[in-house]
Amino acid sequence: MQTLAVGCGAGFSGDRVDAALPVVKTLIARGGPAALMFENLAERTLAHQQLIRRANPSLGYEPLLELELGPILADCLAHSIPIIGNFGAANPQGAALCILKLAEKLGLPKPRIAVVLGDDLSTQQGRTLVKQHLHGAFDEARFVCANAYLGAFEIAKALQQGAQVVVTGRVADPSLLLGPAIAHYQWSATDWDKLAGATMAGHLLECGAQVSGGYFADPGKKEVPGLEDVGFPIAEIFEDGSCVISKADHTGGLVDCRTVKEQLLYEMHDPAAYITPDVVADITQAKVEQIGPDRVRLSGVKGHARTSTLKVLAYFDGGWFGEGEISYAGPNAEARARLAMQVMQKRMGHHMPLRFDLIGLTSILGDDGGSMLTNTPVTRASDVRLRVAAKHESLATIELLLQELTALWTGGPAGGGGVRVAKRQRLSNLACLIPREKIPATVHFV
Amino acid sequence: MNNIALYELAHARTGDKGNHANISLIAYKPEDFALLVDQVTPERVAAHFGARRPSEVRRYLLPNIGAMNFVLDNVLDGGVNDSLNLDMHGKSLSFHLLNLPVQRP
Repeated sequence: MQTLAVGCGAGFSGDRVDAALPVVKTLIARGGPAALMFENLAERTLAHQQLIRRANPSLGYEPLLELELGPILADCLAHSIPIIGNFGAANPQGAALCILKLAEKLGLPKPRIAVVLGDDLSTQQGRTLVKQHLHGAFDEARFVCANAYLGAFEIAKALQQGAQVVVTGRVADPSLLLGPAIAHYQWSATDWDKLAGATMAGHLLECGAQVSGGYFADPGKKEVPGLEDVGFPIAEIFEDGSCVISKADHTGGLVDCRTVKEQLLYEMHDPAAYITPDVVADITQAKVEQIGPDRVRLSGVKGHARTSTLKVLAYFDGGWFGEGEISYAGPNAEARARLAMQVMQKRMGHHMPLRFDLIGLTSILGDDGGSMLTNTPVTRASDVRLRVAAKHESLATIELLLQELTALWTGGPAGGGGVRVAKRQRLSNLACLIPREKIPATVHFV
Repeated sequence: MNNIALYELAHARTGDKGNHANISLIAYKPEDFALLVDQVTPERVAAHFGARRPSEVRRYLLPNIGAMNFVLDNVLDGGVNDSLNLDMHGKSLSFHLLNLPVQRP
């Protein structure tokens, strides 16, 4: 049987929209069966899209969808390269309609589009189910949405029924690759080692360039050629579930054992039990070998039976977040930044806990409680930016904080410049596990 | 014995899930892996991240690929949705780990 190649066109919502075309050109040049995946949903992305859909029921899918698919849709349809993406977000049907319109605009024949449904548990029935599993933690008044992580088999079913584009909402990221692999090799739901191998290939591709030289460069230590033009990855999946990772031709970046190992362990907890809806993968005996320039083989992944539950993330209104910054430079800059911090603490600290950062001394390594900042000795830093951040139930209180920050222009220490303030709605989340038979997934053709 | 930063011997990447961070630590050279196993213990990593008050640090070894994976529980001030940190994912923590001193014979 011919080997399947799967390319990745995006690794998050907001990824480069010119990344997919070189991947598709490479898949076409290499020949053989191929598919293209787009991963567009981080943990928070979906909840934000749910809020957008509430305001406008025709939206709620990936906002860059047209820009993502525009450059590659014609080539993919012409060369039978199915596109699989979770760009449906909170509105898979809306995304499907958007793709139909795009095809029409480009003068293409109407593509056969499938949507995978069932992940959205925001309905009354879904809400009741989630409530049962979150027990007392479920706050009805603040509930925004809940979505289950679906698996690969519905994607495979859609492809086996001839889908040229498969639109999903929440699915486990690696399932976007495993779906086409199952459809191609006709693996069964208990081919654990094969499912696990292709799941790890999907894991390697799900963050786009993170396996092919992105998020890796460290000048003088880990050099990456042509980072400004980093190529997106391609995985060749073999019938035994092993894979070879490479990248789009004529691009920058690199694929070597170091890039693959970093991404293999990315967001992993126990490497003997990487749990997805499809399988439990074990990489403790896995082998990573460079077999050619920009070609790395991953083999030896073991699989165990999938769990009886699916992971569900529920989102709740979390009040408001606000932050602001002001900079000080030159002689005694640090002392002036620290004085501004004291002013803010005295004027706003009684409303809510404030987080302070002295950017240039201590910022992202610190903790919200401020213990690291407290232990940061006074230096003579001459370019310091104070940052203040807080969360509160009330928008009015957050707005007051931002006003107080802005007032440092004229009422704070000398020489402050570059005030910026921002606020946003917060979403808090809770996770639970729900028996998979209670969350049936379905495939519909548009 | 030479005191050097872990940065000289290994590379790392952080990922987040909820309020927990994982940090991979990968030896550049297979022959350095044993030294990492000896010296980069969960206890030392917990102390190194003391300001973040991890409730538990677990270490998983992957000798086949010369790597280990640390899971630091409850170090993200609530994680991406709750933290007030500019780096709410804790993505920069990997390079803080690489600051850990180790001794090379």
